[in-house]
Amino acid sequence: MSGPLRLTGTPASGGYAEGPIFCMDNDAASYLSKGSDAAEAAALKTAIAAASEQLAALAATTTGEATDMLEFQLAMLADDSLSAAAFDAIKAGTPADKAWSAALAGEIAGYEAAEDEYFRARAADLKDILQQVLDVLTSAGNRAPPPGAILFGEDITPTRFLATDWSAGGGIALAKGSSASHVAMLARSRGVPMIVGLGSAAREIAGLALLDAEHGGIVLQPTSGDIETFRKFSTAYGERSRRAEEGVMKPAMTKNGVPVRVLINVADPVDLDRIDIKSCDGVGLMRTEFLFSKVTGLPDEEAQYRAYRKVLEWAADKPVTIRTIDAGGDKPVPGFTVEEGNPFLGLRGIRLALARPDVFSAQARALLRAAVHGNLKVMFPMVAVHEEYARATALFAEEAKKLAAAGEPYAMPPLGIMVEVPSVAIAPELFSDVAFFSIGSNDLTQYVMAAARDNTAVATLNSATHPAVLRLIADVTEFGRQHHIPVSLCGDAGGDAAAIPLLLKAGLRDVSVVPAQLALAKAAIAGVTV
Amino acid sequence: MSATAMAQVEITHAVGLHARPSVKFTKLAKTFTANIELALAAEGPWIDAKSIVKVMAARAPMGTVLHLRASGEGAESAVTALVALVERDFDEAAEGEAHVRTA
Repeated sequence: MSGPLRLTGTPASGGYAEGPIFCMDNDAASYLSKGSDAAEAAALKTAIAAASEQLAALAATTTGEATDMLEFQLAMLADDSLSAAAFDAIKAGTPADKAWSAALAGEIAGYEAAEDEYFRARAADLKDILQQVLDVLTSAGNRAPPPGAILFGEDITPTRFLATDWSAGGGIALAKGSSASHVAMLARSRGVPMIVGLGSAAREIAGLALLDAEHGGIVLQPTSGDIETFRKFSTAYGERSRRAEEGVMKPAMTKNGVPVRVLINVADPVDLDRIDIKSCDGVGLMRTEFLFSKVTGLPDEEAQYRAYRKVLEWAADKPVTIRTIDAGGDKPVPGFTVEEGNPFLGLRGIRLALARPDVFSAQARALLRAAVHGNLKVMFPMVAVHEEYARATALFAEEAKKLAAAGEPYAMPPLGIMVEVPSVAIAPELFSDVAFFSIGSNDLTQYVMAAARDNTAVATLNSATHPAVLRLIADVTEFGRQHHIPVSLCGDAGGDAAAIPLLLKAGLRDVSVVPAQLALAKAAIAGVTV
Repeated sequence: MSATAMAQVEITHAVGLHARPSVKFTKLAKTFTANIELALAAEGPWIDAKSIVKVMAARAPMGTVLHLRASGEGAESAVTALVALVERDFDEAAEGEAHVRTA
C-alpha cells in the first residue's frame, strides 16, 4: 500500500458515503470445479434454483415495469430449454460456469441478431440472467456486500441495485456507467450516492473508501486527515439537506424577497406517489417517453389519455407542462426511432414526431382530451426552425377539429417550445408567436459546447454555466420579458446549487428540477440576492 | 381419452408475441396437462407452447397467424383458452389501465 488512492468521476446521485469497498467485478473469477460431471450438473441446477428464488423475492418488492422485467427473467429461468445446451456441454466435460456462459451466449447472440428491435432489446435481460446464475455459481451471490458498503465495478445492473439493501447507507462507484442510466435514476430517487466514469484504477481496489458524490471523487485507503475533511463535508451536506427538507413546503424566495417558482420534472407518473403537490409550483416538464418504452409497444391514445389525466388531476390546478414524445438521441424507442450514426444530430424530438404523424396525432388527441382535466401546457422538443412549430400546431388544430366534429370534450392548451437547439436560443425573435419557452439546459449545453452528454471523456466541457451558455439563457429570458412570453428552465442546471445563482442573475424566475433536488434548489435560491 | 384440437388465430398485438405476452401465453399453456404446440405456418415447424424460450425464439410479429394444436386431456379447452388470450390482445389494454391506476 502506497498511500491513498484518489479517483475522480462524475456525480450521478448526490451525497456522501464512508464504508468498505465491495468489488462487484471480482465475482466471476472464483469458480471452483466440482470434480465430476454429475457434481457440475448439480451445481448448475442449484444455482439456477437459487437465482430464481432471488428473482422471485425481488419481484415481490417491486411494481410496474421493474416487475414485468423480473417476471420475464423468472419465466425464462424456469424453462428447461434455456439450460438444456448447458447440461449437454457439462456431460461432454465442460465445467458448469463455462457451460452456462456458452449456452446463454448463444441465446444472447440470437436476440442481438434479431431484425425486430423489441426482440433485440431483450438481449439485456438474457445478460442479466446469465450474470445472476454465474454469481451464485461462483458464490458471488453469497458474497452479499456488507452493510454500508460502496459497490465498485465497471457498471451495475438494475437487478443488482434493486437487490441491494441500502438501509445502512453505502454508495456506488463505477469505472464506466452513465448519470443518465436507469440505475442512476433509481439511485437518485432512493438517495443512494453514486459516481460514474471513474476510469480504471492502476491498482487493486480494496479497504475503506470515502465516496464524495457531491463533487465526484473517491478516496481509497484514506489518511486520517482525509477522513476528517470528508466527515466535515459530509456533515455539512447532511445539515444542508435537512434544512432544505424543512424548507421544502415553503414557496421559494431569494434572500432579498424575490419569488421564484420551482416546479418538478416528472419522468414517470410512478414518481408522483412520493411527492406532495404542495411542495412545488407544478410540473415544469413531464416526459412522455416512459409511455413509449414499454415492452408492450407504442401506447394507444387511451393509455396516453389516462396517464396525462392522472398527472393533471394529481397537480390539482397547478400548471403541468407535458412534452410531446422526445425520442431519439440517447433515448431510443423500439419501433419508432431509427438507427443513425450520429443520433444527437439526427432524427429526434419534433423531427421524428413530424416524420411519424400516425404516432404524433394519437398523442395530440390524448393531450387535447386530457386538457379539460387541469391546467395543461404542451411543449415541443428539439425545435430548430419555425416551420416545425407551425406544423406541430397545425396538427394539434387538425386533431382538435376532428374531436369537435365527433363531439368529444377537449381543450386547446398553450403550445410552447423547448429552447435547446442553439438556432432558437440565438434568434428567439423568429418564434415570437409561441405560447412559452422552456430552456432545456442539458441539450442546449451539449450543442453549444459540442460535448455529448453521455461521453465522460468530454464531461468537463459539458458545463451549463459556461459564459456562452449563460449568455444564451439570458438573451432568451430577456426576449421573453420584452414580449411577454413566459420563459422557464427544465434542465439539470435548475437543480444545481452552483448554477442557481447564475441562472437567477440571467433573469430566470421559473425553474423545474427533479423531485430529489427540490429541497436543495429552494435552499440554494434562498441564499441568492438578485 | 386422446383428444386433439387445432386452431388458428392472428396476433393483433402491436409488438407481436413479445416478452410480456409470451409470459402470459406460456403460463396459461402450462395450466393444461395436454401437450400443446404452436407454429407460424401450417406445415410447421411445431414448437412447445409451454416453453417461453422457444416461444420467444419464434419471434412472431404482429399480423402473424398462429397455428395451435393440442393433444391429450383437455386439448379442446386448452386451445380455446389460448386463442381467446391472443384475441383479447393478451389483456394488455386492461393491464395498461391497472398500471396507470397503481402508478
